[in-house]
Amino acid sequence: MAETRIPVAKTYKIYLGGKFPRTESGRYFPFNAADGTVIANMCRGSLKDFRNSVVAARSAFAGWSASTAYLRGQILYRIAEMLEGRNEQFVSELVLQGVSKRKAVKEVEASIDRLIYYAGWSDKYQQIFSSVNPVSSSHFNFSVLEPTGVVGILAPENSSLLGLVSNIAPVIVGGNTCVVLASESLPLCAISFAEVLHSSDVPGGVVNLLTGFKDELRDQFASHMDVNAVVFCDGDAEISKIIQEKAADNVKHVISRRDQDWSSEKSQNPYLISETQETKTTWHPIGS
Amino acid sequence: MSTDSTKLAFNDGWQYAPAPESIDHIQIDDHYGLFINGEFVAPEIDRYFESLNPATEKPLSNIALASEKDVDRAVKAARKAYTGVWSKMSGADRGKYLFRIARIMQECAREFATIESLDGGKPIRESRDIDIPLAAAHFFYYAGWADKLEYAFPARTPVSLGVVGQIIPWNFPLLMAAWKIAPALACGNTVVLKPAETTSLTAMKLAEVFRDAGLPPGVVNIVTGAGPTGAAIVNHPDVNKVAFTGSTEVGKIIQRSLAGTDKKYTLELGGKAANIIFADAAIDEAVEGIVNGIFFNQGHVCCAGSRLLVQESVADEVVRKLRDRMETLIIGDPLDKNTDIGAINSAGQLETIESYLSIGQAEGAEMYQSDCSVPDQGYWCRPTIFTGVSQSNRIVQEEIFGPVLAIQTFRTLEEGLTKANNTPYGLSGGVWTDKGSKVFKMTQKIRAGVIWANTFNKFDPTSPFGGYKESGVGREGGMHGLGAYLKLEA
Amino acid sequence: MSIAAVPNDARMPGMSQVALVDEVGVKERAARFQTRSIKKESKIEALHMVLSMIDLTTLEGMDTPGKVKQLCQKAIHLHDAVPDLPHVAAVCVYPTMVGVAKKALGDHNINVASVATAFPSGMAPRQIKLEETRIAVDDGADEIDMVISRGAFLQGEYGFVFDEIAAIKEACGKAHLKVILETGELGTLDRVRRASVLAMHAGADFIKTSTGKIQPAATLPVTLVMLQAIRDFYYKTGKMIGMKPAGGISNSKLAIHYLVMLRETLGSAWMTPEWYRFGASSLANDVLMQLQKQAAGVYQSADYFSKD
Repeated sequence: MAETRIPVAKTYKIYLGGKFPRTESGRYFPFNAADGTVIANMCRGSLKDFRNSVVAARSAFAGWSASTAYLRGQILYRIAEMLEGRNEQFVSELVLQGVSKRKAVKEVEASIDRLIYYAGWSDKYQQIFSSVNPVSSSHFNFSVLEPTGVVGILAPENSSLLGLVSNIAPVIVGGNTCVVLASESLPLCAISFAEVLHSSDVPGGVVNLLTGFKDELRDQFASHMDVNAVVFCDGDAEISKIIQEKAADNVKHVISRRDQDWSSEKSQNPYLISETQETKTTWHPIGS
Repeated sequence: MSTDSTKLAFNDGWQYAPAPESIDHIQIDDHYGLFINGEFVAPEIDRYFESLNPATEKPLSNIALASEKDVDRAVKAARKAYTGVWSKMSGADRGKYLFRIARIMQECAREFATIESLDGGKPIRESRDIDIPLAAAHFFYYAGWADKLEYAFPARTPVSLGVVGQIIPWNFPLLMAAWKIAPALACGNTVVLKPAETTSLTAMKLAEVFRDAGLPPGVVNIVTGAGPTGAAIVNHPDVNKVAFTGSTEVGKIIQRSLAGTDKKYTLELGGKAANIIFADAAIDEAVEGIVNGIFFNQGHVCCAGSRLLVQESVADEVVRKLRDRMETLIIGDPLDKNTDIGAINSAGQLETIESYLSIGQAEGAEMYQSDCSVPDQGYWCRPTIFTGVSQSNRIVQEEIFGPVLAIQTFRTLEEGLTKANNTPYGLSGGVWTDKGSKVFKMTQKIRAGVIWANTFNKFDPTSPFGGYKESGVGREGGMHGLGAYLKLEA
Repeated sequence: MSIAAVPNDARMPGMSQVALVDEVGVKERAARFQTRSIKKESKIEALHMVLSMIDLTTLEGMDTPGKVKQLCQKAIHLHDAVPDLPHVAAVCVYPTMVGVAKKALGDHNINVASVATAFPSGMAPRQIKLEETRIAVDDGADEIDMVISRGAFLQGEYGFVFDEIAAIKEACGKAHLKVILETGELGTLDRVRRASVLAMHAGADFIKTSTGKIQPAATLPVTLVMLQAIRDFYYKTGKMIGMKPAGGISNSKLAIHYLVMLRETLGSAWMTPEWYRFGASSLANDVLMQLQKQAAGVYQSADYFSKD
């Protein structure tokens, strides 16, 4: 009688500062498959985890924003390579979370292609959004984009992988760092994606991924004084208003990406990059 | 000023032992056919020419000589690939092939660099650290544009042209191939390219990369040969656009032969750039800029800083420091990692350079060359500077294309500017001053397509390159490099 | 005081027109030295040169006579298993340890260098610094490594800094004076160049990059700027000044690149311990390991080389 091998179950930890710690709160929430089997105990991320993530993101910002566009493009392409290598793993994880096999395959392919798309923008968005301005005085005047800083991202609820990738890629290709709260109901791919990031030469702290309850963490994403922009992808008018009000505490950029169909090509474009960029204009005399 | 008692000694004492790059990991075939329709094929007529190593004068391989019929075959393959496959493919998919090519080039970087130095004579340090990384980066950059063209042209629909014919020079063989092929493909065109006859090898290795990357057959075709092969490409009726980098003389011939046709063209031709040093420059760094400007790649650079214009009050200091620096430049085996100045690309080019050295001396200029030793075999020219020259000297007006610098002084900004612009060329220029406003004034007034301020000979795939006046028309690199490969429909 | 408004001081001719330095250009030039590939016999020769140029250093608050004696043993017996090794140039210690070092080194041709002038901060009244220097010299120091007053320098008090160096030089008597600029605190390469010129005019026999107590210590770009200053001073006055990069040079490959940079900037006359030193402690063992590797053809382990 053949013995079946006992598989090793994966522990889903959060991704913070380039490491995989457990939530400091020790709390968890179960994630079940469609048939009720417990797949994993997800970390129920805490405010302290969020705070530590912002510290890590802030600390990584100087280096990441100073890296060359070429390097960021190479790294994003590498993420695509790594994701392609784990294509099947992500397909099964999506199926486990209730997505049909056909849709899962499409979603993973679209995610890989989306990363390649944004990799290609790294050394080009500056060229289409910057300008030399013909001022009326004898000055050389130029405007360039600069990353805004630490971006908080509340990832789309209804898309475990593609929605996540669609929001992270344009933010980091532009030189920002980010703290991301994964979908509450479809959290698995976020953590596996963290593993992909970890093997792609992405410096620690550039992307920090938390799992947990939106209702517990949303307010902090909106109000943290050291976060420069907040991106949110779900919620009704009431929630939207609360986020905007709290963001006013430090005049954050508020970016609403609700009602996006992430599987459409319309949802990928360089404006998702420029939305988390500042514009800096410099003057210098022209003379001898 | 310095006297003999305060001379520095650079050539005695501790010496560097030879540090040759190994060649046991590279593959050069005994002969190469033409790369047409995705495979290497024999030329119509069984004629091959040797590709020599200019450092040893020994043959490296035998290269097929493409006839007019071979060119026709290549154009037909390019047309078929264009109509059937490439023009129908989405930009994103074209981009994926280009990304693949870039990645493979990075993997094979060392082999490419070694073969580039063997075939063309440039130091391994340069091919390893500059040529090959830039070539791969060019493919990486344009890969990203393939599915984003509509963002580069407001209110216009970009449409590919069809088949493009490309002719490239021998001074940066692989890099020039990348500069030509990458944007052409990103924009949806297919290519017939002829490398220079003295440097075909890295183009052949690049063809292997295209094949290994699965690039659909016929999208890029490489036909090797000399002038007549090039003319066949330029004049072929089914080529929609011609891209040429080379001498101004040949550029004019090409421009004439395209007159009356519908073909678009870009020409990247010669130059005689002025490198201008003001008294308030960071002098030591400016001297390094002179060295990078004229001795990089043995001076075989269209945008070389081949004229030095130095403000008179610092002229003696600059020349003294330049001479010191020249003493530490090592000429020798291009495969030695310590070589700064490699071999002159061919016997013909060496002859040209040497004739200018004679002309310069005959014109009354003072010639100075460093003391370095030079191997017995091969084509070599020591780094050379001429002082006591003026605008009217032939060595100041004409492009020498070797490690030869003509030095003049100037007193005021206006004088320097006038001298800098007093040339039919307009490819590049250099400005050295610590004063920001002066930098911008000079860059505003110098009539050249690329101006380096407090640096020189810097290249990047994102940065457009090309000349004014007889240095050519059109720009390569950056967003501006796309337009040449598209028609823009309203 | 703006960097442009340096008054003309006859004691430091040309200080008001001290050369401008472009940081990006310097870094590129320094990087190019690192592409030199030094192999085979030229590598062995370089490694021997590096050893002969080392000032073996211990400058810890917890230094004791025992520690210093063991360091001196190491200086004399670098690695007896390998014959014909050169000895280091000097041992570098605090003034209170000079006597111990002098006795421990005996007749061996190794100098005793002492730091002085309230090393590393330099924050003490002048008379204390002078007294400390005299004590070290009296105890037998052959060389004095002093620090400049960085605060005064950054304020533009060049006369003050000049006077201090000149006074210490006088107190040195026959001992050689190395002047530490502490380049990590000077901020820009322009200032490093300016400080170098000032120190040379004020009487320095050597200019030195760092105390090794802060980061960054010696770097190739900073050292290049100082070598350029030495070269220009030599052209102007005919006088040779020595150079000592200190701190942060812990492996042979880097040390050899420093020698490449020296050779290609100043030439062969400077390539002796009389004109060039490395301020280092762990470098010596790395050099020994490299020499052993060249001889034996296999990579070495640190376990086989003494750590004193």
